[in-house]
Order: sequence, then C-alpha cells, then structure tokens
Amino acid sequence: MVGNNYVIRLATIMMLYCVLALSWNFIGGLTGYPSFATAAFFGLGAYTGAVCQGQGVPMYLAWIFGALMAAVFATGLGLAILRLRGHYFAIASLVVADVLREIVNSATKLTGGGMGFNLPILKLGVDAQAKLFFYLMFVLAVLTIVSAAYVNRHRLGFGLRCIKQNEDAANMIGINATIYKTAAFTLSAVFVGWAGAFYASWVNYIEPGDVFDILFSVKPIVMVLLGKTGTVSGPIIGAIVFLFLEELVWRNFLTFHAGVLGLIVVALIFYLPNGLLAVDFRRWLGWRRNR
Amino acid sequence: MLYLQVLVNGLVLGGLYTCIAVGFSLVWGVLNIINILHGTFVVIGSYAAYFAYLKLGIHPFLSIPIAAAILFVLAYLFQSGVINKVVAAPVLTTLTLTFGLDLFLNNLLIIAFKADYRKVTLKNPLGVLDLAGITIPVDKLAAMVLALLLTGLLFWVLNASRTGRAIVAVRMDREAAALMGVKVRKIYALTFAIGAVMAGAAGSLISLIYPISPLNSFMFLGKAFIICVLGGLGSVSGAMVGGLALGVLESFGALAFGPEHAVTLSFIILILFLLFRPMGIMGKRGYD
Repeated sequence: MVGNNYVIRLATIMMLYCVLALSWNFIGGLTGYPSFATAAFFGLGAYTGAVCQGQGVPMYLAWIFGALMAAVFATGLGLAILRLRGHYFAIASLVVADVLREIVNSATKLTGGGMGFNLPILKLGVDAQAKLFFYLMFVLAVLTIVSAAYVNRHRLGFGLRCIKQNEDAANMIGINATIYKTAAFTLSAVFVGWAGAFYASWVNYIEPGDVFDILFSVKPIVMVLLGKTGTVSGPIIGAIVFLFLEELVWRNFLTFHAGVLGLIVVALIFYLPNGLLAVDFRRWLGWRRNR
Repeated sequence: MLYLQVLVNGLVLGGLYTCIAVGFSLVWGVLNIINILHGTFVVIGSYAAYFAYLKLGIHPFLSIPIAAAILFVLAYLFQSGVINKVVAAPVLTTLTLTFGLDLFLNNLLIIAFKADYRKVTLKNPLGVLDLAGITIPVDKLAAMVLALLLTGLLFWVLNASRTGRAIVAVRMDREAAALMGVKVRKIYALTFAIGAVMAGAAGSLISLIYPISPLNSFMFLGKAFIICVLGGLGSVSGAMVGGLALGVLESFGALAFGPEHAVTLSFIILILFLLFRPMGIMGKRGYD
C-alpha cells in the first residue's frame, strides 16, 4: 500500500464511485428506469449517519442506520413514483433530492441547516484515518459487486431485464413488476446510503448543498453509460475511466471543469452510445475477420 | 384585502412564469426532449438585455428582439448540430445529453460574465401603481403584460401560420405529420429555436425583476418543469394555466409558510401532480 495519502484518497473515491455506479445500475441499467435519485439517497444516508452520531450513537451503528434509512425511504418512494415512466419518473426522482435538501436545510435544530453539520474527528492519526476509510469503502464496494453479480445471475436480474424490455409483457408472464422494481430501487439506495454515511464520517463536515448535489446523481449515470449498462464489470470500468478523466480534467482546467465534464458527456453520447464494453476492439484495431 | 394583494402578486408573477415555461413546454411536447438548457437560455436573454442597457442604453423591454435573435441562432445551431442526432433516443440519453450541454454552456457563461449577481436598474424607475388599495410595481406589471402578449403572439403563430400548424401536427403524431409532407427534422430545429426565443424574451423581461447570474439557471428550469406538469404539455394554454397557477401558489405559499419554503412547496405540489394527475390541469399528456 503506497503511503501517499493522496493516492489513498483517490483509491477511496474510486471505491465510492464503484458503489454509486453499481447501485444506479440496479434501477437504471437493469430495469431501465432513469433514476436521478442517487443524490437523495446519498445525502439521506450522510445526514442520518451524522445526526445519529450527534445524538451519541456509536459510529458503526450510525452507518448501518444510514443505510437502513436510505433503504426504507427508497421503498416508500419507489411505491409512489415507480408507477411513472420515462420522463416523468426521471423528473420526480430529480426533484426528490431538491425537496430533501430544502427540508434538511430548514430543520436547523436537528441538522444544522445551512450551517452544516460537524462530525467528531476520530482519535487516530491522519494516515490511519485515511487507511481506515479506504478499507471501509473497499469492503462496501466488494459487497456491492457481489450483490450485483448475484442479482445479475439470478431471478431478480432476469425479471428486471424483462421489465426493461417490455413491462406489460413481463407482468403477463408472471413477474410481479411492482415488487421487482421496488426491490431494485431499494437495492440502488441501500449501498448508496451506506456510502453516504461513510462519506460524512470521512470528511467530518457536511452541508445540504454538498451531499445532495445533483452531480452525485449524474456522475453515476455517466459512469455506467461509459462502461456498459446492465453488466457488472461495465459500471466498474466506467467508474475507473471516469475517475481518471476527472483527475486529468481537474488538474488542468480549474475554472472550466464543469464545462469539460459536459463536453465529455456529449462526446460519450455521440461516440460511445453503448459504452466502452460494447466497442468491438478487434474491428477497431483493423483485424480482419474470416470471410 | 391582504388576500387580494397576494392574489394579484401571484397573477403578475404568473404571467412572467408563463413566458418562461411556454418554450420549454413546446420543446417537450413536440420533440419529447426535456431541455435542461432552457434555464441557461433564459439567463442568456437576461444578460443580453443587461448589456444592451449598459452599453447601448436600450430599455430591457425593447431589447427583446436582440435577445430573441441571439438565442434563435444559438438554438438552431445546437439543435441541428447536436440534438437532432438523438431525437428518437430514450429518455436517459437525451436527458444526459442536454444536461452535459447545459454544464458546458453554463460554465462558459460563468467564465465570460463571472457569477456575480447583477440587475438592471433603470435610470428612471417606473414607480408603483396603486389601485383601490392594491399596490403593483409598474415594471412587474409591464413585464407581465408583455409576457402575455408574447405568449399570445406565439399562440397566434401556432394557429394561423402554416409552419405553426405543422408544429402542432408533429406534436400530435410525428409519423402522420411526416406522411402529410411535413419536414419533421426542420420542424424540430424550428421548434427548439422558438423555445429558446421565448426563453430569451422571458429573460429580457426578467432582467428587471430577478437578479441575473448563471447560477440561477436551475431555478428557472425547476419552475418550467412545475408549470409544464401543472398545466399540461405542449400547448400554450397549458403553459398559461400552469404559469398563473404556479404564481398564485407561490404567492399564497409564501404567505402561509414563509418565502423560503415557497419553492419546496411548489416541488411537493409537482410530485403530487406527477402521482395523481400527470396530464396537468388542462389534460394534455406528454409521451409516456
């Protein structure tokens, strides 16, 4: 393990991105419902973890509460908005993050509102804390990967793929679309909420605009589109490539980074519409096929 | 008396909101694209009016054609160059694409104009009107009247001109319109451009009322969303009903819950409408 704290931080962020991308893949890639609610779950997990720790709950328990709260919220929200399709679902999920942010902003007594929330700093050194959070994120990422692989190969994944192709037909062959969709939505929230709780403890200070940022919804989507929707390795590869691009961009274009992200997104949609994994590298390299 | 004042405030604001949303509603209804760029278009219109007033002394109400011209060109280029390629693509692709374009354009604006909040303050302020105990600032009233006039103009164009009828035809049924000889791609570009023009015109009018900054673009976009869902998609009358409804709702919401919660209230109403009546008050639903 490189002792360089910057590298550790980068690796932790990579694990975080893997978790976010794989989680979005459940509802967006497999089921085909374009959810922009990732930021809502992330922020909810972060604030639940933070508020619990503020009330004196031990850190490890607070994280689990964060994950549970995000999951419960997702189940409730899913039952309400998964009835919508296409554009309407996308907007509803987008708006939820904003509404949550405003509610957290107003509940100043509980959450500190716009002044943010300070979390207790751990009594480890800087190095030890960096390593600890890397290991935590790594474990969470592995958990998410295992869940994604399991879902992909078993009945839930099959059912979700059917729903993506044609929901009414899926209903007709006996797949209870509502239950499957809600399960996918909940899965897409639980790891994200957990990661949010980790994030809060990791950075020790959160505020509504920071953890409910819409970019937390958009970046996972870009990552999965970059890799390939609906697979397990697609989101992971997308997350890694995205992080590399992000680091190159941020280092070089301090004032224009959002703009370059926008350009990357546009280029992605035009040149890699199905993602990196769908590119036929052999043809691209000019290898001849057998005629 | 207080309620009447609040109602009038809401209606005045609502007229302005109508102008903001009608372009967005048209693009969504006809092209089936949620145009995240809309908020940024409004801001560009505001900046056009601001600089026209600063450098050339043109009154913001009169700089509407300037803003309109700039945005028409910009939008036509965007549409033919970029968006036309993905018109038939699924929601995710178009939404992400317009989001990426918006990030790019917004960032350009921030670099060009800095994120400082600006406002057009007229050298001769227009004053306040006092009708039977109700106070209305004249500039807001004038902005509302102009906004409604522009919306009416758009309505007339859609109903009376050949191109307008073609746009409505594409909204109703894209394939049938193509069969009738309508050049659908051109109509798409034109509709997108008209949407941007309305946004820019609204931006010119707004420059007197709201602070101007690229950071405001999402606020206008959010309002446009809500108005479209409230009023029904793709029609001018829907946007008008939705705009006035939102204005009144925000006014009374500010009275009941405080102005800082008025926005949250409108979002909650959006979610409620999405759940129970997605076709809006006027009943025109977008593509599923």
